[in-house]
Amino acid sequence: MAIFGKKKPSPFYEIPVTEALTKGDILCKLSAIVMGLSNICRKQIIKGLIFLAVEVAYIYYMVTFGIGALGDLITLGTQEQGTRLNPETSLMETVFGDNSMLCLLYGVITIFISLTFFFVWRETVKSGYHVYILKREYREIPTFVDDVRQLFNKNMHKTFLFFPLIGIIVFTIMPLVFMILMAFTNYDRDHPVPGKLFDWVGLVNFKTALDFGGDFGKTFWPVLGWTIVWAIFATFLNYIFGMILAILINRKGTRFKAFWRFIFVLTIAVPQFVSLLIIRTMLQPEGAVNVLLRNLNLIGESESLPFFTDVTWARVTIIIVNLWVGIPHSMLTCTGVLQNIPADLYESAQVDGANAFITFWKITLPYMLFITAPSLITAFIANINNFNVIFLLSGGSPQTSDYYRGTAGKTDLLVTWLYKLTIDNSDFCYGAVIGILIFVLSATCSLAVYRNTGSYKNEEEFQ
Amino acid sequence: MSNNTKTKSMSQKRFASNLVVHIILSVMAIIWVLPLLWVILTSFREEGGSQVNYILPKGYTLNNYKNILTDTSIINFPKWFLNTFIVAIFTCIFSTFFTLSVAYTMSRLRFKLRRTFMNIALVLGMFPGFMSMIAVYYILKGIGLTEGNLKLVALVIVYSAGTGLGFYTAKGFFDTIPKALDEAAYIDGATKFQVFWKITVPLSKPIIVQTILTSFMAPWLDFIFAKVICGADTSCYTVAIGLWSLLEREYIYKFFTQFAAGSVLVSIPVSILFIKMQKYYVDGLSGAVKG
Repeated sequence: MAIFGKKKPSPFYEIPVTEALTKGDILCKLSAIVMGLSNICRKQIIKGLIFLAVEVAYIYYMVTFGIGALGDLITLGTQEQGTRLNPETSLMETVFGDNSMLCLLYGVITIFISLTFFFVWRETVKSGYHVYILKREYREIPTFVDDVRQLFNKNMHKTFLFFPLIGIIVFTIMPLVFMILMAFTNYDRDHPVPGKLFDWVGLVNFKTALDFGGDFGKTFWPVLGWTIVWAIFATFLNYIFGMILAILINRKGTRFKAFWRFIFVLTIAVPQFVSLLIIRTMLQPEGAVNVLLRNLNLIGESESLPFFTDVTWARVTIIIVNLWVGIPHSMLTCTGVLQNIPADLYESAQVDGANAFITFWKITLPYMLFITAPSLITAFIANINNFNVIFLLSGGSPQTSDYYRGTAGKTDLLVTWLYKLTIDNSDFCYGAVIGILIFVLSATCSLAVYRNTGSYKNEEEFQ
Repeated sequence: MSNNTKTKSMSQKRFASNLVVHIILSVMAIIWVLPLLWVILTSFREEGGSQVNYILPKGYTLNNYKNILTDTSIINFPKWFLNTFIVAIFTCIFSTFFTLSVAYTMSRLRFKLRRTFMNIALVLGMFPGFMSMIAVYYILKGIGLTEGNLKLVALVIVYSAGTGLGFYTAKGFFDTIPKALDEAAYIDGATKFQVFWKITVPLSKPIIVQTILTSFMAPWLDFIFAKVICGADTSCYTVAIGLWSLLEREYIYKFFTQFAAGSVLVSIPVSILFIKMQKYYVDGLSGAVKG
């Protein structure tokens, strides 16, 4: 791109701010301080006034609130809540201290507002310079109505992205930054707000989490291990069995294809919280499955299989129940791909006298793997983050005291542990660390693969 | 003669393998349907309790349905249903708008930060979704949306605010619409908005319906965000969190059969929507632009 930079400017070429500031006239330069001045003086009064209003609002916000908030972000509060003797009444009274959590939150919000303001400021300077050039070259200066009209034509991306972007920034990115910053504080159950202050501690939490010998590390590594084991089993077993099911349904001799497909799709269609909660109830010590086994005399009258009480049983149970959840899904995806396998491959295999197993092993499986490899990676990451199955089925049990303050059970994944750390136990800083580590795990898995897929590289090819 | 026996044995073999396949499929189908069948049976069960030492109910009744729909003294299922419905309608409107406009922008419009935006969306998607839930809760609290019925507004915001990031499927669909159509319209002097509204939208019915159905279903399925935002305030529960709460220790014995009835009532519309959506989904994948 850079090589061709001079010959062929980018189609989205914009005036750099530095050029606007150096080459513009005095009004353009003043626009950097009094926003919108250049526009107001050059007949773009409404636009200029809007810029000016933004500046006034920002300055007002910063003076009344923002600067203090930024200061608090650095200290995270200085006044701890406590009691003191009131000399006038001789009574103990509560002194309300700073709320470190709110300090952090307002600090982050102020930073985002400032970034937004900086963005608007850049636009102002550019717009001021642009109108200056138009005037100098005696070209027509667009009115406010023209500008609005362009929002539905040349600048339609701005209109279309405005509201979605606000939603994403305020309710996704900002909270995420807030949580990420929390990983560098000591906001745990020993520092609850508003009673106590918490403070920046740097990378200590990451060290605690990754430390093999420590109390927390002794939980983190086993939970990570089980998360990965779970993700591997859940992804590949579902995939293989789903494919076999799809083959069984779609093979030539099978009757009532639509009926079979409907049955399995039906189980996906029922909301997961219904089906999984039902299965959980059925697998309780006195639940339907144990009752059925007793009635069939497969186990003793008062015996019950320890589906969620024994560690190994619980883990196997969860993987098997997940087959119930996942096989229909992968059956659906596989059906489409299966129907696209060229029929002549099978015909020549038949001529060569290959049996069903060899055909599957030598033709179907390699073809399917070739086509669906990217979706396998997506499924793997989705399983690392599979909150529903664990939370609804076992809730992480069996509980164990081996794990950090009993926050995690033996079937907890990193995500469910993150949930328990933050929602149930107020160990926010550790929750945030876990979240970041999950991100690192998913990102390393997927970025490499994703960037190598054709749909990303050759995006324009089919258009 | 020998040829004849060979065909005979082959057809026998084929019959045998067909038989085996159908037996396997039947067994699997029974295993898959069993939990659903069990919840339906339980919803008609006359005797209460969550765990009984027999499989088939001893008596059948419609009272579980009647109670969950009319008796609102302790659990207010109709209110939960109404809450979910309202939240779903608004979520559906906003998220469809967000998803489709971002998808169209990424697919058709070219501007400076497009690639950056798509990469950021990808990276954001890799953080666990509810990692930031607590922060979202405090932001909503700061705006004052965590009081009384405003919690429903908070739920709508939570379900729809970030949906602009889930534009990939719809973008893939828009990518399949031939660009030549747009260019022809531009030559005739159409604005970008006109091209979007008059050309792309009419051609995109499958993906629009799919987006609408997906976003409509989200509030019926989610219970994590609803749980965090509603807390103990049962009057603003959605059905998912409401039914989930019926399995808490203090309710489970008395309300289990009603839980089953409520689950059936929720599952029916959701399943129908899902199966409908499946159809559009398949259409959408096979590239529905014709002519």
